Amino acid sequence: MKSKLSAENLSISFGTKQVLKQINVSFQENEITALIGPSGCGKSTLLRSFNRMHDLSPDAKIEGAIKLEDLDLYSKAVPVTEIRKRIGMVFQKANPFPKSIYDNIAYGLRINNLPHDKSVIEKALREAFLWEEVKNDLKMPATRLSGGQQQRLCIARAVALRPEVILMDEPCSALDPVSTLKIEELISHLKTNYTIVIVTHNMQQAQRIADKTVFMYLGEVKEEGPTQQIFQNPHHEMTANYINGQFG
Amino acid sequence: MKYKSRLSLDLCFKYIFKATGLMVLALLGGILAMLVYNSFSFFLDVKPLDFITGMEWNPTANNPKYGMLPLILSTTLVTFGAMLIAIPLGIGTAAYIADYASPRVKNILKPTIEMLAAIPSVVIGFLGIVVVSPGIANMADLSNGLNALNGAILLAVMALPTIITVAEDAIHAVPKTYKEASYGVGATKWQTLRKVVIPAAAPGIIAAVMLGVGRAIGETMTVLMATGNASIIPSGFFDSVKTMTATIAIEMGEVPYQTTHYYALYALATVLFLMTLIANMLGEYFINRFRKYHAV
Repeated sequence: MKSKLSAENLSISFGTKQVLKQINVSFQENEITALIGPSGCGKSTLLRSFNRMHDLSPDAKIEGAIKLEDLDLYSKAVPVTEIRKRIGMVFQKANPFPKSIYDNIAYGLRINNLPHDKSVIEKALREAFLWEEVKNDLKMPATRLSGGQQQRLCIARAVALRPEVILMDEPCSALDPVSTLKIEELISHLKTNYTIVIVTHNMQQAQRIADKTVFMYLGEVKEEGPTQQIFQNPHHEMTANYINGQFG
Repeated sequence: MKYKSRLSLDLCFKYIFKATGLMVLALLGGILAMLVYNSFSFFLDVKPLDFITGMEWNPTANNPKYGMLPLILSTTLVTFGAMLIAIPLGIGTAAYIADYASPRVKNILKPTIEMLAAIPSVVIGFLGIVVVSPGIANMADLSNGLNALNGAILLAVMALPTIITVAEDAIHAVPKTYKEASYGVGATKWQTLRKVVIPAAAPGIIAAVMLGVGRAIGETMTVLMATGNASIIPSGFFDSVKTMTATIAIEMGEVPYQTTHYYALYALATVLFLMTLIANMLGEYFINRFRKYHAV
């Protein structure tokens, strides 16, 4: 198996505050990798650097390299829109556009000049396990869906572009247990086609879905490895303390 | 203070505030009643249809003509022209301030725009007479530039601060998550602005435009000074026009009390009132249409 996405000596600071320190991490193709660690450890910052969301913060300073296979994501020659098309993102709080369900998916396809007829929309919705629930209400405003449905719609929106990697930033943190399970099932299903990196605060979730787990603390990667090993036999004392709920 | 006296003070203020609230309603109702009442006196003398469709406004002639069509068309033409200029400028400026400008530029631009609103309308009218009007006359080779275009340009300047301020607030209030979602699927800044931010801010932007329209329809001094005041049916932006507001302002001071002409001005004011009412209601309608996507 080859490394799909990787960060090399990545350091990120906002103003004078350094958030990530010399991160070296890589994610394998068709695997789910969970990023865990206490709040403020930099997992979301790391995740967002993979599709250049920090471009929106003028005071962000980024050193090191991030590579999608061999492509340097921060090289000037690579258009940021192309990267975001290849690396999709699902955010912490479901953020459908204030448009209809149909247009929520068609939007990304339209702006990327991809076909956006009904069959494409249907395929994306089916992949996100949402089609059966909304097939008769495609014109309905997306904001009328339940929280879990909205989040699945956001996943469908990301999937519709056929990205290579999907980044998920605590996608279930605002959802009830039933919706969460549904989304976890969906994520596990998606890995056959996509490489997935998921930030989570939920230890059980990481164990349920992730193939690999990366533990971060204060802007550094403390430990990474197969999920089973991280949770049952952590090499680092701090990892053990964190997953046992002694801090964080 | 004792509990009882605090309680009665509470009650006392409840009634005071209720009274002030009701007073505003009473004021509005009173003004409307007065307009309508005096308009009826007018319509005893002149048929409503003649008033609305009459092509000539000449109340001081031997055979007085009370056709308000030229006045309505004048007001519409000037307002429409003003919006044609002010809406793109206003929304563009608002988008620039909200989404593109650096904090430093923003800190200069916002107060400057607000100061524009502080210029008295008579000063704008004055500038219209000495600066804009000769400019128009030169460029279009006219004998003078006191025409609808002149009025439209000046009204656009006056409506801009309102439109920019309200539209900027609306654009700024669009949740960051919408923008992130749009950037997240590979949209550029312009695509995000056009397809996500502006539609999401549409209720506020429409409200801004409606406030601008209200300002332009109701503005009196500037148009009175700058548009030439010829009560003929305008055939284009280079014609002199006499708006409804200017007509009322000019003629109300000269007209004998309780004559048909006097009542005619009330009828005109009623129509003006209805126009602004319709503008506001249209605004509300659009606001509600877009708001349904914003639920919860």
